[in-house]
Amino acid sequence: MGKRVGVEVSIAAAEAIGMADVDVVAAYPITPQTHIVEHLAEMVEKKELVAEYVPVESEHSAMSVACGSSAVGARTFTCTSSQGLALMNEIVFLAASLRLPIVMALANRSLSGPLSIWNDHSDVMSIRDCGCIQLFTETGQDVFDHMLYAFKVAENPKVSLPVIVNLDGFVLTHMIEPIEYWDKEMAKQFLPEFKPVNRLHPDKAITMGALGMPNVFTEAKKAQDQALVDSKSIIIETWKEMGDLTGRYYHPVEHYKTENAETLFLTMGSFGGIASLAVDQLREKGEKVGLLKLRLWRPFPLEELEEAVGDAKQIIVIDRAVSFGGTGGPVASEIRSALYHKEKTPVITNFVCGLAGRDVTQDNFAEMYEISKKRINDSVKQSEYVFYGVRE
Amino acid sequence: MTEMIKDPGWKDLEVGFTISQSGSARQYRTGDWRSLRPIVEKSKCIKCGICYIFCPDMSIVKTEDGYFEADLYYCKGCGICAFECFTGCIAMVTEEE
Repeated sequence: MGKRVGVEVSIAAAEAIGMADVDVVAAYPITPQTHIVEHLAEMVEKKELVAEYVPVESEHSAMSVACGSSAVGARTFTCTSSQGLALMNEIVFLAASLRLPIVMALANRSLSGPLSIWNDHSDVMSIRDCGCIQLFTETGQDVFDHMLYAFKVAENPKVSLPVIVNLDGFVLTHMIEPIEYWDKEMAKQFLPEFKPVNRLHPDKAITMGALGMPNVFTEAKKAQDQALVDSKSIIIETWKEMGDLTGRYYHPVEHYKTENAETLFLTMGSFGGIASLAVDQLREKGEKVGLLKLRLWRPFPLEELEEAVGDAKQIIVIDRAVSFGGTGGPVASEIRSALYHKEKTPVITNFVCGLAGRDVTQDNFAEMYEISKKRINDSVKQSEYVFYGVRE
Repeated sequence: MTEMIKDPGWKDLEVGFTISQSGSARQYRTGDWRSLRPIVEKSKCIKCGICYIFCPDMSIVKTEDGYFEADLYYCKGCGICAFECFTGCIAMVTEEE
């Protein structure tokens, strides 16, 4: 095992990408970018990393370059955030449909407007249905581990799909955290050479991105969907393999003090930490509260969620994005739909909060718990969602 | 070249809808799109081949006697050949005629 160092999470992420020995990094190096690509550019410039760094003119081009380089068999990384992801949107869908194992670090920040650079999940929710594997990280260590992990899963020939690693903007990207580095041998052992399933090469001509007529488009989409659904077993298997190597085991749905819990908070990303403190606080008062942290967003871990929810009576779902005029935040809608068939469905209380970097404290979580308890007693309509902490 | 499966099932498709058989576009009958057909008035044709050069779909073929004509399996009837022709020997007529 490597050394444990205090380091900014973005820098550590870049160094993990360097350890993965990427061949091509394509990124637009201006706002809303993070130090991840800045540091990778430095590493390439100093020849610490032998890779092609392509400083493109827009995010749309960043993903286009990534598709091209992945298609010829180069291990490819890109990184973006908020508006950048919005601009890249079109090509993200293509990368998934072409089954190109690109890894993207997505520093989650809000989509404008109002103009904002701060952290929430509105960017990733805009590409929910892009077909990439999407997972969330809670700490700097998670981020470091998942940079290497993402390539391992993406490049598994049974998967061959892009992987998006979400990390909360500022809260993770700009934070200095203690992170245990892998040593190079470990990374090399974990992550074998990239052997693409399909490759553009003059020795054997193939067509990628062909026209799909109405008679075959549905079949193409079914095949793509099945690939994403089937990737779940490899995702879980690879977490196990990484756990055996590092001692840190990750799961699609992670639990915190869920034993005999009647109420469960459900969070994604860095909110897991503060929510667990709130659970401690409420447990001390004798409340039967626990926490579920949804790490895997796509493919959605249906069975794991159902098992984790167990007999809980209420789930407080925290959404960090708005689905304007919808049936709840994107996460709550999904959770409700996932549990609808259960005989005894838990009450879902949905709070939209933490938008554009607004702090949600331990006490705020405790207050949400109190509001939820009251809402159950008042039998409020389930489809209502609450903008927590909004001023009148 | 082997024929591709006409209506494949989803399991028949290659990963990422890749087509590993090259030149498969030849099997696609773009002539179906056509509403106008190029008709060559041979007496005016000077066999210069400008139609052959400009055809965006390479649907113009040279015949044994040195004239040029459209391969109607692929010709979409765009009319570029008629537009470019120096002598005006190509007329675009509607398919119904």
